[in-house]
Amino acid sequence: MKQALFVGIAGAIGAICRIGIGRLLEGSSEFPIGTLTANLLGTFILCLLSAGVIHRLTADQQLQTAITTGFLGSFTTFSTFSMETVSLIQNGQMMHAALYFAVSVIGGLTVGLYGIRIGSRMVSV
Amino acid sequence: MTVVEAIVIGAGGFIGAVLRFFIAAMLNKEEGIPRGTLVVNMTGSLLIGLIFGFELPTLWTVFLVSGLAGALTTFSTLMKELIQLWRSGQRKETVLYSIWTFGCGALLAFLGFVIGQFC
Repeated sequence: MKQALFVGIAGAIGAICRIGIGRLLEGSSEFPIGTLTANLLGTFILCLLSAGVIHRLTADQQLQTAITTGFLGSFTTFSTFSMETVSLIQNGQMMHAALYFAVSVIGGLTVGLYGIRIGSRMVSV
Repeated sequence: MTVVEAIVIGAGGFIGAVLRFFIAAMLNKEEGIPRGTLVVNMTGSLLIGLIFGFELPTLWTVFLVSGLAGALTTFSTLMKELIQLWRSGQRKETVLYSIWTFGCGALLAFLGFVIGQFC
């Protein structure tokens, strides 16, 4: 139960940070740069930490889960990504929709792989 | 962001993250497609579509969309799982998981929106 509470608190902070980044970046542009930034940044950090770096940060397993599942899980979002893609299509902005989808997925996988690579290097030295 | 908005987003984020934690713990297995993540991402996508369709008051939308549905679903874990699944040689599962997630995610968000508009 304590673990769930930690995940919840970290999740609350993650959600606030996600919206905060969105408010900072999203000006008049209709392209969802806020969600994209949070998703790519969160993916990179999660993969970096998962490569073993998290153990350097803290040995406390409950704190580890709070950071990965709680904070980073909430910091990034799939539902908003789905809705934004659909909205762009509905507004007839097919190019924007395709670009948003491609940059999110290909970008996410790329930064994820780099995160794992850099993380592995960090723990091996 | 106002203080009230931050509190509302935080409350929604708390509930969303805890739900995701329990569902993932129950349904995600070591092997194969992580069903827990798939379930939360699909549920959240339907939910966000419904909320946009309903056109609720702003603070409710902030609570449910930015907070609850935002935190219930996750993009970082999805990417990590796709990479891990592919690297462990489960190529077919990786492709299936991608199609399910991205295809159904968009479809459910759209379906939710249409249903919400009609209700």
